[in-house]
Amino acid sequence: MNAHAPILPILIPFAAALLQMATDRLAFQRIVGLLTTALLVVVTAWLVLLADDGVLRVYALGDWPAPFGIVLVVDRLAAGMTLLTAVLGFLALLYASAGFDARGRHFHPLFQFQLVGLSGAFLTGDLFNLFVFFEVMLLASYALLAHGGGLARTRAGISYVVLNLVGSALFLIALGLLYGTLGTLNLADLASRLPLAGHDQALARLAFALLIAVFVLKAGLLPLSFWLPPTYTAAGAPVAALFAIMTKVGIVAILRVQAIALTPAIPDLLDRWLTTLALATVVFAALGVLAAARLRALAAWLVLLSAATLLITPAQASAPVDAAALYYLVQSTLAGAAFFLLAGVIADQRGGASDYFKAGPQPAIWVKIAFLILATTVAGLPPFSGFVGKLMLLTTLRAVSSGTAIWVAIWVVLLASSFIVMIALARDGCLLIWEHEALAGQPPAEGIAWQRATATLLLVAAGPLLALFARPLADYAERAANQLHTPGAYVAGVLAPTAAKNGGEEAR
Amino acid sequence: MEDLLAIAVAVLTACGVFLILRARTFPVLLGLTLLSYAVNLFLFASGRLRLGAPPLIRAGASYTDPLPQALVLTAIVIGFGMTAYLAMLALRALAESGSDHVDTAKERCQERSKDPR
Repeated sequence: MNAHAPILPILIPFAAALLQMATDRLAFQRIVGLLTTALLVVVTAWLVLLADDGVLRVYALGDWPAPFGIVLVVDRLAAGMTLLTAVLGFLALLYASAGFDARGRHFHPLFQFQLVGLSGAFLTGDLFNLFVFFEVMLLASYALLAHGGGLARTRAGISYVVLNLVGSALFLIALGLLYGTLGTLNLADLASRLPLAGHDQALARLAFALLIAVFVLKAGLLPLSFWLPPTYTAAGAPVAALFAIMTKVGIVAILRVQAIALTPAIPDLLDRWLTTLALATVVFAALGVLAAARLRALAAWLVLLSAATLLITPAQASAPVDAAALYYLVQSTLAGAAFFLLAGVIADQRGGASDYFKAGPQPAIWVKIAFLILATTVAGLPPFSGFVGKLMLLTTLRAVSSGTAIWVAIWVVLLASSFIVMIALARDGCLLIWEHEALAGQPPAEGIAWQRATATLLLVAAGPLLALFARPLADYAERAANQLHTPGAYVAGVLAPTAAKNGGEEAR
Repeated sequence: MEDLLAIAVAVLTACGVFLILRARTFPVLLGLTLLSYAVNLFLFASGRLRLGAPPLIRAGASYTDPLPQALVLTAIVIGFGMTAYLAMLALRALAESGSDHVDTAKERCQERSKDPR
């Protein structure tokens, strides 16, 4: 059983989707979806416990050894990310089960396919397979984005789909260049061949640059980030909550490619431009937060802000920074998702005023308290996890920076953006929570279904909980980052079974 | 033959990019299709061009690299599915807004959509 553990995070949602497609009955689909996603949380938590022994688990699909077959590779980072996906998926699905899933057809199978794509993208050790899982994830996300209907979603969907199709084309060009120059698409094999002579260095460099460009498109780096806020604003609350992790797929892919293939062979590829553009994106997103007209839009800009903050880290190529980035990634993903769900709850309670920043009916008292906790977390104020994450990021960035000017610039931009976010949240929170105005001719606010309340409150509680358990989580992140930054062990772990086999056969 | 293929890829890419930058959904769709043709040819060429060699590895016989052909097949299937979905989405936008422009009619867009939650 342990031997087959790496493929379970892909198989479980896939089986659930097939089961759900057998019938159109919503109650059946809901039960299957919730049960399997809960099972996914348990299995991925077990995978994290397994992976924490530091041994690289390589799963050869169809038992074709790497580099000839496709492998799934479970290290601490991949296991942790699948657990985060599962937790987020379960809570978003719980929220959606209160009626959102009935607004269109096939919500549940699409949701499970999205989970398949996300888990696969984190687990795979082959770049073409990464492309395939990206497409699985994107295809499900296109349909989920349009779920619920409405012209705003269709409009946002068109630009989102076109942009990602162009991104896929670039991805394929990068893969073609890599295969043409290095003759392999397995990440470990690429890393082992890159430092050797006998291939066109410039072409390999170009291929990796294209690959990074595709990843930053998914993560929303500045010249490529204009699609993100309108898309995430248009999506329904639970869908947007699940999308909060999609920007992180690009970031994890950059961290992995950078640590395993680029640092040993092409260490200067990300220098200078990535950090500068990431800082520009932070400024852009902070201004967007200030300009947002409704809570959902504000949450979308916050997702962009956290992705931009994380994009500062890959160019540093240091394990302590990546450890801080992983902690920040977990807490910012959960907080961003919580914001979308809370915006949905507030919009439900305020009737015609929806989640626009204007006077309207007041939300319930627990919603107000949840908003306060969440806003404190997101703005990076103590005592919640946003503060811990930002503190770790700032201290480690200072420690590794080569010059004073660099870390001062990063500190100024990050702290100023936090300040802007705090001002925006204080202003908009006052409008949402205190400015009371009964709307004439409006029905009284509907009660909130228990599924929505539970999902929202659990996600909001992540802020205090992650601060309370910051030590074990940060330790795990540190171990994950250290494992990520030993590319030799990764390459040996993936390719060793083949080498041993060949050696044995030659000996015979 | 390499030159011919390179020129074909270049022309397809140029036409594709030009069409993607148009403002109406149908040319954009065509542009994406042309771009995916260019990408597929490019992927195919990454295994080197060889004449009269089957993609089957047999001892002693000459063969061509079968992997890029498998990659191209996967890329074609995925690209086809995506394009079909985009066509449906464009048709729906046309039906809902009465315009096939990619991003105009924002006011009408806000007016006509009933703010779905």
